[in-house]
Amino acid sequence: MRMYATCVYLFLYIPIGVIALFSFNAGRHASQLQGFSTKWYGKALGNPFVMDALQTSLLVAFTSALLASLFGTMAALALQGVRGPVRTVFDMLIYVAVMIPGIVIGIATLIGLVTLFDQLNPMLAALWPEGAQAPRLSMGLGSLIAAHTMFLMALVIIIVRARLAGMDRALTEASSDLYATPFGTFRQVTLPMIFPAVLAGFLLSFTFSFDDFIIAFFVAGSETTLPIYVFSSIRRGVTPEINAIGTMVLGVSLILLVAAQVLLRRGERKPK
Amino acid sequence: MTRRTRTWLLLMPAGTWFLVMLLLPLTVVLVFSFGERAPAGGVVPAFTFEQYANLPARWTAFKNTLTLAPVGTLAALLIAYPLAYFLAVKVDPKWKTILLVLVIVPFWTSILIRSYAWIFLLGGRGLPALLDWIGIEGVRLINTPFAVLVGIIYGYLPLMVFPIFVSLDRLDKRLLEAASDLGATRWNTFRQITLPLSIPGIATGCMLVFILLMGEFLIPALLGGGKVFFVGNALVDLFLQSRNWAYGSAVAVTLVIVMLITVTIYMRLINRLGASREDVSIM
Repeated sequence: MRMYATCVYLFLYIPIGVIALFSFNAGRHASQLQGFSTKWYGKALGNPFVMDALQTSLLVAFTSALLASLFGTMAALALQGVRGPVRTVFDMLIYVAVMIPGIVIGIATLIGLVTLFDQLNPMLAALWPEGAQAPRLSMGLGSLIAAHTMFLMALVIIIVRARLAGMDRALTEASSDLYATPFGTFRQVTLPMIFPAVLAGFLLSFTFSFDDFIIAFFVAGSETTLPIYVFSSIRRGVTPEINAIGTMVLGVSLILLVAAQVLLRRGERKPK
Repeated sequence: MTRRTRTWLLLMPAGTWFLVMLLLPLTVVLVFSFGERAPAGGVVPAFTFEQYANLPARWTAFKNTLTLAPVGTLAALLIAYPLAYFLAVKVDPKWKTILLVLVIVPFWTSILIRSYAWIFLLGGRGLPALLDWIGIEGVRLINTPFAVLVGIIYGYLPLMVFPIFVSLDRLDKRLLEAASDLGATRWNTFRQITLPLSIPGIATGCMLVFILLMGEFLIPALLGGGKVFFVGNALVDLFLQSRNWAYGSAVAVTLVIVMLITVTIYMRLINRLGASREDVSIM
């Protein structure tokens, strides 16, 4: 049994380990280890296309995670006190957002927004003052952030809701019995208790957005995110530079994951 | 501000977002799937089932998805179950959390990079070169259904282990002791107690993996090299290369419907299985 488990862990970690190992390999090919070198990292970080893609990815991940945490938490808080059709509709929306394959979300967002923009652009042009160039809506950073935010919002609502469900209702009731305003109760009781979950939701959302390929592939327009860049370079052939980028990407997600895990655990322990 | 207004204000942004970025796009897909292809690449509004009638043209993609998704799910289950059992029942509680986290962590890291790792390992200069060296020559692994299967198992194993672990961890260990006290063999204890009680975990794990596999694009694209083609790959081709939105929409709608039907049948089966098992265990 123990042997078996060891084998599965090796299966899970050897591929990642091999990538990391070969990212420090001085030679070009997988079949020959030629001594330690960090030159591929230097090469990756010196490549303007990589840095551009990285910047786009970070911007998209940060903005959409922030928006999703904010709106998701607001919705989770409101849904706590709602029953009836509104509740059912939201439950269904969250379910659909999570269950529909990412690729279908990507496609739907692409053709949905392109169709919407085709309707809006002539209107914008008509409304705009004579002579000035009217803005044209098109696929790009905005549509990518909006698409990620939609999906991540569902994730944040699920996480924060789980935390709210585990919260002792007596505390908020006590607070309002003691004449705290609703906002006072929120700021001094609810927020401190759900904050670790919100932050964990933010970090998970960030990793999700940062690693997402399939939705971005459809809705990013002419923008290139890091996963899109990596995907198209893999198509052109395996290089040690990709190993270096891959190792860095895995490293960043690992750090964020550990942070999220610690936060969720701390949040669980405190009230007990 | 009344309670009602507050609730509405709090729900507004999320609601609007879901409306514009989820419901509107999905509706457009549904409407387009009944439309006709415009010469320029868009869609001419119409109400025709022509696109759906054309679906057999992409039969291979559906066939591949509907074989490799269940096979991959089953393979992941067979590998995941013993590990989940080990973690839930055999491992020292001190190590339980850390070992579990080690299983889940890969799932939350980039699937792109993890699939890439297998291109590296299964490619000509990886495992085949190693096999060559020990005397087994001419093995080609990359761009085969086998490579796609390995990628699938590798990618989704964590998602399978976790729910099974949870259901086994909740299992009252005294039941196992009672069974062995009453003279049940280890196999019988497993068959009559452990396995039936872990069915909810198995069901959740299989469903999660199966749903994600139905929409898979990256693993077949990277490890199947265009030879092992999933519906996801057909969709990318239809929307980004041939720009046939009407037909692509019909394929997407069909994918979601097939997914819903399979999941419903599967849940029915599991429920029936769960119920009949319960009868047995009561006797």
